Formats: sequence, C-alpha cells, structure tokens
Amino acid sequence: MNNIVIIAKREAKAYFSTPLAYIFISIFCGLTAAFTFYLGAFIERGQADLAPFFESHPWLLVLLVPSISMRLWAEERKTGSIELLMTLPITSLEAVIGKFIAAWLMIAVALALTFPIWITINILGNPDNGVVISSYLGSWLLAGQFLAIGSALSAMTKNQVIAFVVSTAACFVFVMSGLETVTHALEGWLPSYILLAVDTMSSLDYFEEFTKGIIDARAIVFYITTIVFWLFINVVVINLKKAK
Amino acid sequence: MDNFIVLDNLRKSFGNIVAVNGISMTVNKGDILGFIGPNGSGKSTTMKMATGFLTPDMGTSHICGVSMNKNPKEAKKLIGYLPEGAPAYGEMTTIGFLNFIADVRRLSGKEREVKIDKAIDRAQIKYVLNQQIDTLSKGFKRRVGLCQAIMHEPKVLILDEPTDGLDPNQKHHVRQLITEISRDTAVIVSTHILEEVDAVCSGVLLINKGNVVLNGSASDLRAKLANHNAVNIKLKPENLESAKRLLLTLSSISKIEVHEETQHNVNLKVLPKENMIIITDVAKVIADNKLPINDISVDQVRLDDAFRKLTTNDIGILNE
Repeated sequence: MNNIVIIAKREAKAYFSTPLAYIFISIFCGLTAAFTFYLGAFIERGQADLAPFFESHPWLLVLLVPSISMRLWAEERKTGSIELLMTLPITSLEAVIGKFIAAWLMIAVALALTFPIWITINILGNPDNGVVISSYLGSWLLAGQFLAIGSALSAMTKNQVIAFVVSTAACFVFVMSGLETVTHALEGWLPSYILLAVDTMSSLDYFEEFTKGIIDARAIVFYITTIVFWLFINVVVINLKKAK
Repeated sequence: MDNFIVLDNLRKSFGNIVAVNGISMTVNKGDILGFIGPNGSGKSTTMKMATGFLTPDMGTSHICGVSMNKNPKEAKKLIGYLPEGAPAYGEMTTIGFLNFIADVRRLSGKEREVKIDKAIDRAQIKYVLNQQIDTLSKGFKRRVGLCQAIMHEPKVLILDEPTDGLDPNQKHHVRQLITEISRDTAVIVSTHILEEVDAVCSGVLLINKGNVVLNGSASDLRAKLANHNAVNIKLKPENLESAKRLLLTLSSISKIEVHEETQHNVNLKVLPKENMIIITDVAKVIADNKLPINDISVDQVRLDDAFRKLTTNDIGILNE
C-alpha cells in the first residue's frame, strides 16, 4: 500500500469515527435543501432543473469547507502528532496529498448524498441530466480548491479558529473577485491588466460554466492548477514551520 | 560497522536563540546512551534533528551509515522514535493506531501479526487495545508510544523521556525493556531522572545550553565533583592540629576543610587531588599514628549533585 493511501485511509477513518463527518454531511444536505426550497423557490419556478440547488453551493462551501480544512494541520501541530507523522518514513508531500484526498472524498460523499433532489427532479420533469452531472463536478472541483487553500492556511497556525476564519476569508475573496459589483468597484483604482487577472481568478465564473453544462478544459485546468499550487504552498509551509 | 548513530556537529538556532551549538555523538550497537541536561538545554531539539523532524542549520546525522539529510526516508525506516509527550492520534483506538503504524512500516502477513503482538506484549498494553487513546492515562499513553516505536524492531531507538509519568513499577519495567532491546540496537534515552542513567545506561552525554558538558560514563560524571571520594573524619577538637599536620604529609590530598566545630567534635573533610582514591592512605596515617577518631567515611557523590554542579555554571566548571 502506498503512503498516500495509508494516510488517506487513516484520515477517512478519523472523520467517520468521530461525529465530524456525520455532522458535516447532515448540515450540508440540510442547508442545500433549505436554500433550494426557500431562497431558490425550487417548486414555484416550475422548471425541471437544479439551478437553484447549485446556485447556493459556492456560498455554502465557503463556510463549510474551511470547517473541514481547519483541522488538517493545525490539529496535528497542536497535539504534537505532526512530530510522529514526520519522523515516520513518509514525505511531507505524501502526507499533504493523503490528507487532502481523504477530505475531498468526504465532501464527495456529502455531495453524493444530496441525490434525493436529483431523483425528485427526475420524477417531476425531464431535466438535462448532463447539466446536473457537470454541475456536481463543478461543485466538487470548487470544494477541492477551497480545501487546498484551507489546508495550506491550516498549516500556518496551531489555532483552528484562526485557520477557519482566515480560510473562509480567503475562499470568499476567490468567489467575490468575479462578481460585477467587485470588478466595477475596482475599476479606476487598478490597472486594467490586474483587473483582468482578478476577474479571471474568480472561482465563481468557472463554476457557473459548469452549471450551464459546459465542461471547459480551461475551467478544469484552472481548478487543478490552483489545487496543485495551494498544496505546494502547504508542503513548503509544513517543511518550514512544522516544529514551531 | 557498529556505529549505528553518528551525529556530527549539529547546530540549530531559533531566531536569536542558539538551541543546539555543535553537538556530536556516536552510539554503537548494544549501547544505551543516557542523554541528560536541564530543561531547555537542547536535548529534544537534538533528538528532533537526529530523527529528521528538524533540519539542522549545520552538521549531519547518519543512521547506520544512511544520511538523514540526503536520504531521509531510508534513514527514518531504521529508527523507532518516541517523541516528547508521546503524541498519538487521540481519536483512534490503541489497536487502530498500531495498525496504522504497521501499515506505514510496511509490515504484512504473518510477520505483521507476530511483530504487533510482540510489541503489545513488551509494552504491556494488552488491556487497552480497544480503548480510545484520548481516554488512556498518561502512563498508558506513554507505553502506546513506546509500543509504536519498537514495533518494527528498529536498529536505532530514540526515546525522549520514556519513563515520564510512569509509576515506579512501570518505570522499572520500561528500563528492563530498554535493556533487553538494546542487545541488537543503539539506543538514546533522554531523561532528567538520574537514577535511570545508573540503572540502564552504558554511557552519558550531559549537555547544557546547547553544548556538550560531559561525554563519558556515570562514574566520569561523579568524578567531576571535587568532593568525589573525599574522606570525612570526625574527631575531638584537641586532636585537630595533629591530624591536620599528619594528613598534610600525604601527596594525594589537595586540601583539608574543617566543618562543624563544636566543643566535643570536629568534622574534617579531606579532599583528594584529581579524583584519586585516598581512603587507604588516610586510614593508614590514622592507624600508624594511633590518632583517636570517632568516625570515618567516604563521600558518596550523588549524580544529582554532579548534574547540578555541571549545569549551574555557565561553562560547566569542573574541579575548582
């Protein structure tokens, strides 16, 4: 068995042997349902699609993903178990990837468990299931990006509350940067190339393409590269700060 | 090659604070090195560098010839390490945790079962296997950490305060265990319990403020005290002068101190030169001259005193 798999297995067991996974999954499913039915007017719209369901995802993930990622490294550093982990024949990279995969799979389980709404929509009408699948994929990739950001930030502190607050703020920035209100507000203040950069770094814009049923290579590359980038930062931070 | 642990000139600073300032040591197969020093003297930092948790600013660590700098993964395979405070994953059960370690150590099949069982047996944690680690007492947590460290029967065992938090019976058992394991292993044990050094260690490395103060054996450590092997004599005040005169003829003594002078008794402390054993000479002088004395004894220096003496001076001044 590969080290990454061993770490991921241990982490996944930790999620499901404590209430963490169950609480996360219940709250995620409960909140997505509440957003869909109350704020998204799912029934009143009279359309057989899951747009109101997926619209709420970026905002829920901004709050919920950091609640998973905050413990990834801050807890290891607080309890000192990082010393045990890093003196076993495991590299920092393997540990970072293993932990990331376990958390990302847990989020995949949470997403998968929202399946009743998919069944509902198929009973009520004839939705475009391709769009539903691409939206789920977009949501999972977005969660992966937030998770990578949160994991790297969690490695910078021993304090889980700080890790949570800073990660939420960072993820929020990535979502907000694509909103027109934000780009308009920055117009005139920043040179146009920076503005363009801010706009293209928006996780929300890419996510919206997925919810339209478009699986664009650029969007996938965007998510994968940001995940790789933040996991790389994560490895660097651990190597620098593990003992402090 | 029996030099299982070779640390060469390790240095580490945190900001302006020099935690370890050039520590070297060699531990051979079969040896147990007692690594001692006051709190904050750099023991744990040195062990963290030896095990590859910390990267030294300077110096190298070799485990059975494998460089920790160049090939950390291979070097770490050869080490069993119990970090300070025996950290573990608290939400796991003891057996779950041991299985995780066995996975990482690539133990499989029959060998895995045998080694896990043996380690459990040696660490005496059979009764807490299904208990969550967070709910264990300090002593059991420590033993789970020890079990984890010895499971793969490593060539090098590095234990940071392995008996901290154990009761006297458990301490005795852990010491026995360390002695038993050390036959084919090089062991470093950090401690500030000095009786441990006498009980299990074949060598002593004493450090203070990141520097090596002494590298030798427990008796070398004792010898660093000026009054090591000093002879105490109790006699009547009227015999004091003649005793002094007779004793000062001996070439092996450095000086005579007079303590607790009362009406009926005087205590004399005869200090030897360079840790020479002087009781025979002193006794002969007394007997030959029929000097009336009330009592005579040799100072038994306690390791604690030597430790205090060597670590409360800035540079560890030895005999005055």
